[in-house]
Amino acid sequence: MSILNKFKSGLNKTRKNLLGGIEKVFSGFSSVDDEFFEELEEVLLEADVGVKTTMDLIEELRDYCEEENVKESAELQKFFEDRLIEQFGEGSTKLNSSDVKPTVIFVCGVNGVGKTTFIGKLTNKLQKEGNKVMLVAADTFRAAAIEQLKVWGDRNNVDVISHQMGSDPGAVIYDGLQAAKARKVDYVICDTAGRLHSKTNLMEELKKVNRVIKREIPDGPHESLLVLDATTGQNAINQAKAFGEATELSGIVLNKIDGTAKGGVVIAINKELKVPIKYVGLGEKIDDLQEFDGKQFIKALFDRG
Amino acid sequence: MMLQGLSEKLQGVFANLKKKGKLSEKDVKEAMREVRVALLEADVNFQVVKKFIKTVREKSTGQEILNSLTPGQQVIKIVRDELQELMGGQNEGLNLNTHPAPIMLVGLQGAGKTTMSVKLAKKLSQDNKKVLLVAADIYRPAAIKQLESMAEQQEIDLFQLGTNNSPVDICKAAMEHAKKYGHDILIFDTAGRLHVDDKLMDELDDIQQATSPCETLLVVDAMTGQDAVNVAQNFNDKLGISGVVLTKLDGDTRGGAAISIKAVTGAPIKYIGTGEKVENLEVFHPDRMASRILGMGDVLSLIEKA
Ligand SMILES: Nc1nc2c(ncn2[C@@H]2O[C@H](COP(=O)(O)OP(=O)(O)OP(=O)(O)O)[C@@H](O)[C@H]2O)c(=O)[nH]1
Ligand SMILES: Nc1nc2c(ncn2[C@@H]2O[C@H](COP(=O)(O)OP(=O)(O)OP(=O)(O)O)[C@@H](O)[C@H]2O)c(=O)[nH]1
Ligand SMILES: [Mg+2]
Ligand SMILES: [Mg+2]
Repeated sequence: MSILNKFKSGLNKTRKNLLGGIEKVFSGFSSVDDEFFEELEEVLLEADVGVKTTMDLIEELRDYCEEENVKESAELQKFFEDRLIEQFGEGSTKLNSSDVKPTVIFVCGVNGVGKTTFIGKLTNKLQKEGNKVMLVAADTFRAAAIEQLKVWGDRNNVDVISHQMGSDPGAVIYDGLQAAKARKVDYVICDTAGRLHSKTNLMEELKKVNRVIKREIPDGPHESLLVLDATTGQNAINQAKAFGEATELSGIVLNKIDGTAKGGVVIAINKELKVPIKYVGLGEKIDDLQEFDGKQFIKALFDRG
Repeated sequence: MMLQGLSEKLQGVFANLKKKGKLSEKDVKEAMREVRVALLEADVNFQVVKKFIKTVREKSTGQEILNSLTPGQQVIKIVRDELQELMGGQNEGLNLNTHPAPIMLVGLQGAGKTTMSVKLAKKLSQDNKKVLLVAADIYRPAAIKQLESMAEQQEIDLFQLGTNNSPVDICKAAMEHAKKYGHDILIFDTAGRLHVDDKLMDELDDIQQATSPCETLLVVDAMTGQDAVNVAQNFNDKLGISGVVLTKLDGDTRGGAAISIKAVTGAPIKYIGTGEKVENLEVFHPDRMASRILGMGDVLSLIEKA
């Protein structure tokens, strides 16, 4: 498959899965009546958008219909689309990069969401774009986490800086950054151990490794990406808030949208935190990664052409 | 926090109900609306919530309830009883009635299968069983290494054939190995997979056919949202799961997925994972889970007193 086709099929897959079904309510009803709103409410709730955000959205739409005397769903759709586009951030979803090498990418999230796999995929992507990449195995806690990252390092043929299991994650990051500077890599990506956002000591550790990065590279990390699992329900909001307090998040990676989950909780997260989604994960293979452009996505979502 | 507020609101609603000498349908409706929100916020599946509310409402608005001396308390009791019903009654232990007894762990990627395999192995070996962990995930990078290193740490036997044999062959060979070396229990750590991945779902079916496990346990991340029903339904249709294990309950998730899964599969929740460490394993208690989901530990005790 050509790169362009791959991109298109990725976007199609994203469109079909992420928030899929919402557009059908608009095409299924010609007029906006109570039944329409009931259906929309149901679809939003079933997509994990959450009660509060769903109610807010519905109320906004109802108000708009009343004020503007809107009777047809096609008319309302335009408003809804614009509303979502506004929400999905006009902000850039491109990966930040530093003028001075290396660009430091910090990856965090709760257990098992797909952090390490995402790093493997992102490395592949950055390398294809002609960058030199290095990985740092700062998950020193989970069994075979280091070996797992090394497999991804081998697949991409890049260096992986690691210490022993059980060692201090700050120390390996320090070494990683030194090596990245010495070897003049373009990107250095730090894998961290999965941790539940409600565990104070583990979140403190996250802050500590962030301080290590800042000491070595004052304007780093240039990207702090929070990885979320699209299967997750309302708890993802708490995750985003807590990780956002521990480290200034620059983007979200939404993994596992190749399943049947709709990932609607990102609407709520976007609304509250204004952190853009930068990538979506569409599978376990090295090229199952898609750049995410909110505007393009929402347009595609409603575009049945 | 939103949920905190909700819990307080619910308490208010229930307290109000309790006080009322007479109850109108409107009162019940109001209370049900709050319960509905609580359940949805806890990630209980939309359709399951709908059915639950309908049942409770029907039972609550009968004349014998509304005209009783303590209608509020009656409604509260109905909510509690229905929740309990949904969550299942007493905890059910593992069924290990063959020798050796194979246990198969299945589920989505990253749900916590490998960790749970070792937790169960440890627990069973503490009950003086000879347990064999079987590395049946040949796909995920370093999956075998992960199981191996945990097994070694806990001093539990491990069976593996690397990544060049099919998972079915690995499990079959493990059965022979267990018979030969006198293991009582085998635990198959299978690879994570999507419930809609036909090829990989067939693979699980094949393992099941070849080894006839006593238990096929679906491992589910307690943070799962609305999709839990699709996942559980698909795994159950394909494999007929015998039980469920919920993981990552050490966080602040309400865990409404528990209700959804029980509702669609009928399979009992047997254990819960409450941390990354091997000792973080607990027996499942339906009543505690019910109050967690509604965010109303206090409310339930309040109801108890009612
Ligand atoms: N279907 C699907 N599976 C994925 C995706 N991304 C990762 N996975 C799988 O999810 C599981 C967990 O992925 P990891 O990359 O190990 O997750 P992690 O966040 O690093 O996990 P911890 O380090 O243990 O917290 C693995 O089986 C991956 O293959 C995705 O986009 N889709
Ligand atoms: N906090 C917490 N983390 C857990 C729990 N159970 C497992 N984990 C973590 O969740 C992540 C995934 O666990 P695994 O056991 O690798 O999950 P898996 O289902 O085998 O993953 P795949 O084989 O990739 O499908 C790891 O970081 C585990 O340490 C739990 O009960 N609580
Ligand atoms: Mg990892
Ligand atoms: Mg595993």
